[in-house]
Amino acid sequence: MAAADELTTMTAAEMAAAVAAGEVSAVELTRAHLDRIELTDVKVRAFLHVGAEPALAAARSVDERRAAGRPLGPLAGVPLALKDVFTTTDMPTTCGSKILAGWQPPYDATLTRRLRDAGVVILGKTNMDEFAMGSSTENSAFGPSRNPWDLNLVPGGSSGGSAAAVAAYQAPLAIGTDTGGSIRQPGAVCGIVGVKPTYGGSSRFGLVAFASSLDTPGPLTRTVLDAALLHEAISGHDPNDSTSLDAPVPPVVAAARNPDVAGLRVGVVAELSGDGYAPGVLTRFNETVELLETLGAKVTEVSCPHFTYALPAYYLIAPSECSSNLARFDAMRYGLRIGDDGVASAEEVMSLTRATGFGAEVKRRIMLGTYALSSGYYDAYYGKAQQVRTLIIRDFEAAFEQVDVLVSPTTPTTAFPIGERADDPMAMYLADLCTIPSDLAGNAAISVPCGLAPENGLPVGFQVMAPVLADDRLYRVAGAVEAALDARRGASFLAQARGLAGLDETAEAGR
Amino acid sequence: MTVTVPYDLAVARYEPVIGLETHVELGTLTKMFCGSPVTFGAEPNSAVCPVCLGLPGSLPVINKTAIEYTIRIGLALNCSIATWCRFARKNYFYPDMPKNFQISQYDEPLCTDGFLNIEVDGQEFTIGIERVHLEEDTGKSQHVGTTGRIHGADYSLVDYNRAGIPLVEIVTRPVPGTGALAPAVAKAYVSELRDLLRSLAVSDVRMEQGSLRCDVNTSIAPAGSGEWGTRTETKNVNSLRSVERAVRSEIERQAGVLDEGGRVIQETRHFHEETGKTTSGRSKEEAQDYRYFPEPDLVPVAPSREWVQEIRAALPELPAARRVRLQAEWGLSDLDMTALRNVDALDLVAETVAAGAAPDQARNWWLTELSRHANDTGAELADLAITAEDVAAVIALVAAGQLNNKLARQVVDGVLAGEGSPAEVVAARGLAVVTDTSVLSAAVDDAIAANPDIAAKIADGKVAAAGALVGAVMKATKGQADAASVRQLILERCAANLAAAWSPAGGTSRPLTTLRRILSDLSAVCRRTYVFPQSKRDLPAVESAKVAQFFTERYPDFGVPRRCRSPTVVTSGCKTQRRGRSPLE
Amino acid sequence: MSITRDEVAHLAKLSRLALTEDELDHFAGQLDVIIGAVARVQEVAAAGIPPTTHAANLENVYRDDVIAPPLDADLVLSQAPAAQAARFRVPRILTEE
Repeated sequence: MAAADELTTMTAAEMAAAVAAGEVSAVELTRAHLDRIELTDVKVRAFLHVGAEPALAAARSVDERRAAGRPLGPLAGVPLALKDVFTTTDMPTTCGSKILAGWQPPYDATLTRRLRDAGVVILGKTNMDEFAMGSSTENSAFGPSRNPWDLNLVPGGSSGGSAAAVAAYQAPLAIGTDTGGSIRQPGAVCGIVGVKPTYGGSSRFGLVAFASSLDTPGPLTRTVLDAALLHEAISGHDPNDSTSLDAPVPPVVAAARNPDVAGLRVGVVAELSGDGYAPGVLTRFNETVELLETLGAKVTEVSCPHFTYALPAYYLIAPSECSSNLARFDAMRYGLRIGDDGVASAEEVMSLTRATGFGAEVKRRIMLGTYALSSGYYDAYYGKAQQVRTLIIRDFEAAFEQVDVLVSPTTPTTAFPIGERADDPMAMYLADLCTIPSDLAGNAAISVPCGLAPENGLPVGFQVMAPVLADDRLYRVAGAVEAALDARRGASFLAQARGLAGLDETAEAGR
Repeated sequence: MTVTVPYDLAVARYEPVIGLETHVELGTLTKMFCGSPVTFGAEPNSAVCPVCLGLPGSLPVINKTAIEYTIRIGLALNCSIATWCRFARKNYFYPDMPKNFQISQYDEPLCTDGFLNIEVDGQEFTIGIERVHLEEDTGKSQHVGTTGRIHGADYSLVDYNRAGIPLVEIVTRPVPGTGALAPAVAKAYVSELRDLLRSLAVSDVRMEQGSLRCDVNTSIAPAGSGEWGTRTETKNVNSLRSVERAVRSEIERQAGVLDEGGRVIQETRHFHEETGKTTSGRSKEEAQDYRYFPEPDLVPVAPSREWVQEIRAALPELPAARRVRLQAEWGLSDLDMTALRNVDALDLVAETVAAGAAPDQARNWWLTELSRHANDTGAELADLAITAEDVAAVIALVAAGQLNNKLARQVVDGVLAGEGSPAEVVAARGLAVVTDTSVLSAAVDDAIAANPDIAAKIADGKVAAAGALVGAVMKATKGQADAASVRQLILERCAANLAAAWSPAGGTSRPLTTLRRILSDLSAVCRRTYVFPQSKRDLPAVESAKVAQFFTERYPDFGVPRRCRSPTVVTSGCKTQRRGRSPLE
Repeated sequence: MSITRDEVAHLAKLSRLALTEDELDHFAGQLDVIIGAVARVQEVAAAGIPPTTHAANLENVYRDDVIAPPLDADLVLSQAPAAQAARFRVPRILTEE
């Protein structure tokens, strides 16, 4: 058991090295994680589906590859938890929705394919807010996931299952998607690293769309270097995604390996602090800014005046796109069908199925988006929101003329209790206050743990934002923060969470 | 129920305004946004992929050839080509639309502001083109139930092979000022547009297969009022004839509504082939709100001016110019050209001529025998199981004397029945003309011997009586002889008999008169010019010798006089009598 | 009020959501608050500001007209709620489009 425990606490980079060196087989590594999932997931509920067989088969093929002396990629044999929003031919894809329960896609997402090609072992599909709409996974039709720091708290969302899996050592790597903060916010509240790459940097083909112009896949990991390795593995141009960037992947791994902020100009966003921010969040954030200064960064305050309109603009743009993207779930070709009694019309069956198959938040956003796009309202809502988007991009452009990166807290508060905001959409929406601007502008952003809030001992995330295709800067800053804090602690950040929430009780008993 | 007003009365009192929206499926290899093949008549759902099935997670990517074809169409319609435009989503729920939105273009079409000139009854009309844009087609629903129609169906079966096929929509500006010609103008526009699209090689434009579909807008207002009425949009108009009938029937119906003091309702109407009438379609109680917005899964289309110029430079000769050129080359009348266009045979004739046939022969075959066959089977000429090359081959066989007209028809029947090429049909059916002279000569001799009364009539100068003998010979050869050749042989034999019986000392010139008549007849109808003495004065010695020599060559049992001039042979003969007539007459 | 219950009922119909009366009440209240909040975008002085529909600044992304193999026949209908004669079977369609 101790061996198995060691296997799950290594970083992904260490695991890959061990596999490559023959110190551990990919199958052993995969088994250890499957065991860990079996042990802990009754409490965490990070996974909607665990694909033990396909995972072991993938691991075996990595081991065979190694045995045959063929080259292995930098993440070969490393297990990963995949958000259930990507299509997979060997596992169902549900997007956390009843309307897609049991849907078995006939094709792999480009990202799925790239992971497989890299020898990454996909353990299973993780829980999420239904169709990625939410900040807590409470909108999952299959029940919420739990925060490994405290099982009564939300793990954030919408990629909460992916974040919880990584924080609970069920997988060293996970993929999430970020539309309004859905990677960075759960990363922050689960005390792990979450990256939203530049929009278009990683393919959306096979990612079930929530808001097409915003959705961005990215890594959730325990260390900055692991994030960079995964970032690189999933990035690059995809001809099947028209919005995919045909540009070289920024040198993220090199940046993560040599984090250095000396001389770097860091801008603190004036608008992303103050009222509504938990004191502990601001304390840790300010300490981290000071830390960067001691590391040689030049810190200034920068104003981005239109960021205060980012949240309302986002809650017009994202619902508008989602109202159209989710129209296809109509009970005709796949998924749930309700009320087909031979008498009901197609229209009635569609309406009944959608009313039954979608949860409350999805329905709210569909109706909100339908409203914003309606003739007569388009200009006042959707059109105006798109203009705000331009202004936010201009704010970023102006800021990046003065500084190399912008920083802010990732979320205004630490993890909140399950149920607290479940039927209070406006309160829930505030969780994405700081993350939304980068989604609207399409640039790159990361959340890296920066300590525990003194008032409740829960993790706080530090957000770094960089210009489009300057993703490597995220890793320079986050890597430097991580290294300095680890050095100060003498341990990795997440090691503090190990043993919390009684996840290891059974394991302890077994020793 | 509103009474319709007879058309003439309706257009006497009301001025129609028409408009057309035409959808054309492009003939690209693959669909608009994915690599699934564009097919027609394939197994249901056999040409689909995650993208055109609208599966969750799938994304569209624009087919560059579809953009190129659309620009080609825009340029041929004298449109401006956008420097920057976007696709938009048109949102509405319908089971044959896999995503429940259609990727289309809304306020930023690829091509705008063009025109197309057409002609009706010698009058030219300029049809304004408002826009040409690109979108994707939907799947096809088959309604299953007692009636087989959408109303009363128990359920529907959907095939998505068509979903995602690139569809170009060409929208005209409203066309006023056509008066009573409105239906004909509508038809002529669609016909001209179809020819144009075909010449551009961007679509197979088969209306019956749905690759060209029309929505017809019609409104009327009191004549002289200078106003435009409320328009209706008639869908399902899928043949040239239906376009004309739909406009006509809407004018009659709307006149009835207005005559009764009613108001024409702006609505969608459906055209019914069987009745030629329109009926009210989707009710507008729930006004459609398509919630258009820019398609976020695609990026803008910004065709470079260089690319547009390249496409413009590569445009083929357009139909109007081509028609002028072909008419001059073929020497056909305006009437002929109109007739050919009406049955859609212009290209077929051009191909037949290109394959070596004489233009008038090509025109005759396609306009008569083959048109009749197409009518009988309800097919389009182009869909007949005979190619232009086949027709040219048949024409060549007739010209070479290897087929007569009757046999040629049988050969064509064989080709149409799928029995192979004309040569194969000739061989398999044994249809070649009997050209063995000895066989024909024997038959001719038999016929003359069996019908002495007719032979006597001919000898007496009644050359026309030869027809009866031709019939006898044709019967004896089971029709496999060239009737003209047979007639020639009969007359030559009669002439020979006369010449043999004649002697300069005989006194009477009667046989000579008959001979001249026969030979002049032969000269007129056949491939040879028979030279014969022009006057009685020439007769005595030489003429009999000339006649005798000619026939001696053909009939070895005839005596050979000396110093005779050979008759001149003109191979292109027979023209005067045959011009302008069908080869089948 | 920024949105009425009737308007919400209309939105539900447009969105093909057969909502119950209770749901309508509940959503009407929530949407009213949300729309009131998002209407803040109208405060921004945006005259002459072009809209951004896309963060990716791309143009002219095309694919060549080359056939890709279609989906295997058995996969096409494998997830269909109902199928018949190689087609998707759907309930009767009332309105024509």
